Amino acid sequence: MHQLTRNGVLIDDTFAEAFGMRATAIIITAPTLKWARQAAITMTGFATSVIGCGCEAAIDRDLPASKTPDGQPGCRVMIFAMGTDELQKQLKNRLGQCVLTSPGSACFADLEGTAPLDLGNALRYFGDGWQISKKFGGKHYWRVPVMDGEFLCEATTGLTKLAVGGGNLLFLAADNAKAMRAAERAVAAIEKVPGAIMPFPGGVVRSGSKVGGKYKGMMASTNDAFAPTLRGVVNSALTPEVNAVLEIVIDGETNDAVAAAMRAGLKAVIELGPKRGAVRISAGNYGGKLGKFHYHLKDLLP
Amino acid sequence: MKALTFSLRVDPEERLDLSALTPAGLAGLTDVQIEKLRVGTTRDPALVGDIFKVTGKDPESIIFEGGSARFDKVGTGLSSGAIRVTGNVGLEVGRKMSGGSLQIDGSAGDHAGSGMVDGRLEIKGNAGDDLGGPLAGEITGMEGGLLIVRGKAGNYAGERLRRGIIAVLKGCGDYAGYRMIAGSIVVTGRVGAMPGYLMKRGSLFLDRRPENLAPTFVDCGETDIAFSGVFDRFLIQEKIMDKPLLGARPGKFGGDVAVSGKGEILFRRGK
Repeated sequence: MHQLTRNGVLIDDTFAEAFGMRATAIIITAPTLKWARQAAITMTGFATSVIGCGCEAAIDRDLPASKTPDGQPGCRVMIFAMGTDELQKQLKNRLGQCVLTSPGSACFADLEGTAPLDLGNALRYFGDGWQISKKFGGKHYWRVPVMDGEFLCEATTGLTKLAVGGGNLLFLAADNAKAMRAAERAVAAIEKVPGAIMPFPGGVVRSGSKVGGKYKGMMASTNDAFAPTLRGVVNSALTPEVNAVLEIVIDGETNDAVAAAMRAGLKAVIELGPKRGAVRISAGNYGGKLGKFHYHLKDLLP
Repeated sequence: MKALTFSLRVDPEERLDLSALTPAGLAGLTDVQIEKLRVGTTRDPALVGDIFKVTGKDPESIIFEGGSARFDKVGTGLSSGAIRVTGNVGLEVGRKMSGGSLQIDGSAGDHAGSGMVDGRLEIKGNAGDDLGGPLAGEITGMEGGLLIVRGKAGNYAGERLRRGIIAVLKGCGDYAGYRMIAGSIVVTGRVGAMPGYLMKRGSLFLDRRPENLAPTFVDCGETDIAFSGVFDRFLIQEKIMDKPLLGARPGKFGGDVAVSGKGEILFRRGK
């Protein structure tokens, strides 16, 4: 494979392959950022991959009190799924189990999309007849009485069909510690990009996959070409100096958000250099069969 | 295009029905046709040309220069565009309006905003009784929109209110929110007796503890809710208030338990 070099780091001339998704964004607030994040982290827990979780979700960014609708600190959460119905189901379940229940929380829409998704509309019946509807400023809110006061929730949020899932970067390093350092640097840089999330634990995936497997019913199985311990026995993509690979997976509100996130991640890891981080950066694709969005690394280099 | 302007020539000797003078009602009419519209309500009714000097062309923007307590039904059924009256108006201003904006620089008579469905009606002076309320025989009062009175309002403000927001900024008479079905009423200044009497649902938002409340309202303590922050921001953003109304932790009365008990009176504590 043709390769480029930046700051001593080899960059594969390949592309990350991504696919269209449905997504929405909400703002969760609470009296303190700690409790807003607690609700958001709980809500986005076990939402790493649509393959097994039904959705992919994470905190997009924290918001200061001055930037939220109710003047409390909060965070913006994004949630992605393959279809509108599944997105609605996941949103409703996660909101009801994790945000309604979290002390002091309130929840607002933060995406103007093509269609509405139920937010408070789906939860208001918890109020058992004591829920209060309020419409003002072009918005509709539900106020549901709960034990610490009231759960305030906007009735609907917006759905976007322009979202993209599956942007990715692979960091190939001499050992685990260096791969981890590179991945953490990339995560920190991508967290600053608005409209892009990394749904895996801490933003990082160690179990990169290929499509299908030898066992019946497996939709995905280990990416053996990038598994260092199989270097001798399979058709490996790894050279002798690479002993650990970590991946960052990115979902974005738009195509541009994914590209911006990958650009930020690449820049951060290239700046780190091969001695402390990755010796080589690659990306995962399935030969163009997975989705219509292709992010060529050479176009995203600093 | 210059606003279509009706300048008052003489004080009217009879009550006028100005419901025809709206953007929808005047679209496509020539000056001559407009001047021949009947606005009087007696046996020998006055025409527009008898009362007003008509200038300007744009029917989407209508100005009444000068006003009178005999100007009834200004902006009836207004659905788009803007009407402004530089003086007072009489009964039923903005009745059944469903959009657009209606601004009264002076005061209004009874039933201002009666049965309003949408749009924004702002009265800079005072308003009479039954603000937004139903006429005899009607089941519901205002059903939506934003009705702002910068002065005082009379009795029964927001009677049978079903949806929308009424804001009265210098106090109101007795029975504010009488039999209201839902919606929101904001009152700053002194509230008369029995606010929210027989309200089913909906909210009264006050800047002080109500003094003379029906015994069928019950104290629900100090609420710690995010809603007051969101609503206060809305009031400031819409330029209805210049400082927060409820503040954090407003007091709450629930009621009217003689009906369903699902209504609320939220008030700023400490006054």
